[in-house]
Amino acid sequence: MNEVKLFIADLRSVPSMPLCTNRVTAGFPSPAAEYADDKLNLHSFLVKNETATFYARIEGDSMIEAGILPGDVLVVDRSLNASHGSIVIAEVDGETTCKRLETQPRVRLIADNPNYRPIEVRNPEELRIWGVVTGLARNF
Amino acid sequence: MYGLIDVNNFYVSCERLFDLKLRDRPVVVLSNNDGCVVARSNESRALGIRTGSPVHQVRELIEAHDVAVRSSNYTLYNDLSHRVDELISHYCPDVENYSIDESFMHYNGFQRWDLVDHNQKMVRQIAQWLGLPVCVGLAPTKTLSKVANYWAKKLAVPGGVLQLEDDLPVQQALRHLPVAEVWGVGRRLARHLAAMGIRTAWDLRCADPAHLQERFSVVLARTVRELRGIPCLELEIEPPKKEQLICSRSFADKTNCKETIRSALAYHVARGARSLRRQESRAGRMRVWIQTNRFCERDAQHSPSMTAKFPEPVDCTQRLIAAASTVLDRIHREGYRYKKAGVVFTELADTAQQQASLFGETDTKSVQLMKTIDSVNDRYGKGTLRSATEGFDDKWAMRSEHRSRFYTSRWDQLMRV
Repeated sequence: MNEVKLFIADLRSVPSMPLCTNRVTAGFPSPAAEYADDKLNLHSFLVKNETATFYARIEGDSMIEAGILPGDVLVVDRSLNASHGSIVIAEVDGETTCKRLETQPRVRLIADNPNYRPIEVRNPEELRIWGVVTGLARNF
Repeated sequence: MYGLIDVNNFYVSCERLFDLKLRDRPVVVLSNNDGCVVARSNESRALGIRTGSPVHQVRELIEAHDVAVRSSNYTLYNDLSHRVDELISHYCPDVENYSIDESFMHYNGFQRWDLVDHNQKMVRQIAQWLGLPVCVGLAPTKTLSKVANYWAKKLAVPGGVLQLEDDLPVQQALRHLPVAEVWGVGRRLARHLAAMGIRTAWDLRCADPAHLQERFSVVLARTVRELRGIPCLELEIEPPKKEQLICSRSFADKTNCKETIRSALAYHVARGARSLRRQESRAGRMRVWIQTNRFCERDAQHSPSMTAKFPEPVDCTQRLIAAASTVLDRIHREGYRYKKAGVVFTELADTAQQQASLFGETDTKSVQLMKTIDSVNDRYGKGTLRSATEGFDDKWAMRSEHRSRFYTSRWDQLMRV
């Protein structure tokens, strides 16, 4: 005698549908079924720490040589510690600005655009970093 | 051990995170309709601006001291509040979100832990990840943890965490605390207690709980025991289902136009219906009311209401709006300048327990429609899909002249760098 197990499906917890949906016709499953994968999600590509991530829009062209254009949406992660070479949002003179951080040989904020002079940070202990830029998004 | 964590001057702190210029000015945040002050920075408090003061009363102070004014931005505050809650959950498994900016933590089984150090780490992480200043009070009961939090703030404890008994003896903490500041005691009760010679939290702790229970309430007796270090209050993890739902708001400007009121009512009904569906309830009755401004003595007063009763509990927005609309036609009168409208949903029944009745409609099409509308509005924002009656022009919507941007919920309102 066969035992029959009954399950109650909680449909709310079903994850998003796999990329390949196979209509099973006449009982012949698709050979691609084994290779079905999770849907590609741009959000998880850009955002690693949702709780500490915010978006900002950059104005101005001070970072174009880093590939950041005016109007781009910057993905800013406040949980990361900035280091030499990080692109950061820094607090300068009561305003937020997007620049590259240098800590060697001294602490400076550099624009990735030769038309802009570097910002010397006189008191490095007082430099406030709003967050680290980890990515950007742009629509054409 | 219980902990009470709250964000210092929450609304102001949220505004200051995105707008650096607010950091070295006094700030106040105004209520819905820009009516009165609901939050102040420490500097504003020092100027003597009290929460609850109507704006016009403090206008002079605001102008004289260059106080920055912001309208409340609840979308932003809610977002940041959820992030704080998420962070707290990394540090404590049992958390009760008491309000938008306060939570109780229950550290059960953490006897070997240095809880002060642990919470200081949390305070630092919240400061870095969210830019929000918080304080934590630790004590053996919820009521005492509130006391500890009070002192953590008042004494500006470095590290933001204060534990009773270790950092501050309970007796000292309670002797210098006016009884009105104890959780559960308000100004009115404090006056009655003062008449009995109970002026400080310590006095209250020393009082006889049985006697107070007789004279006032069992709640006060529990408070006394909590002050003595005996936990009497459980953490409330799941908020109880609401037994009635009220949705209403004042109009920015008084109006007599029935269509404007109709569209406002439709908006409130839609909101309420959404909440009903979210808590899986349906309403058996809906009371609709409109009112003139009670405080404007020159205005003729008319505040009618009428209740619609449904043969079967409903949660379908269309039907509810249609019913509210019918009621409005019956109660509205020309010549009155109405200031507020709202609906109250009562006789709530569990959706799951509903049985199809012989005479009712098992309206699966409408259920599907509601589900679709809810899921689109969830994804693209409230009001993306709305009933025609709600309208698309918000003549009656609340004033928010000084609101900061929706920094975390609209692509066109991001922080600029």
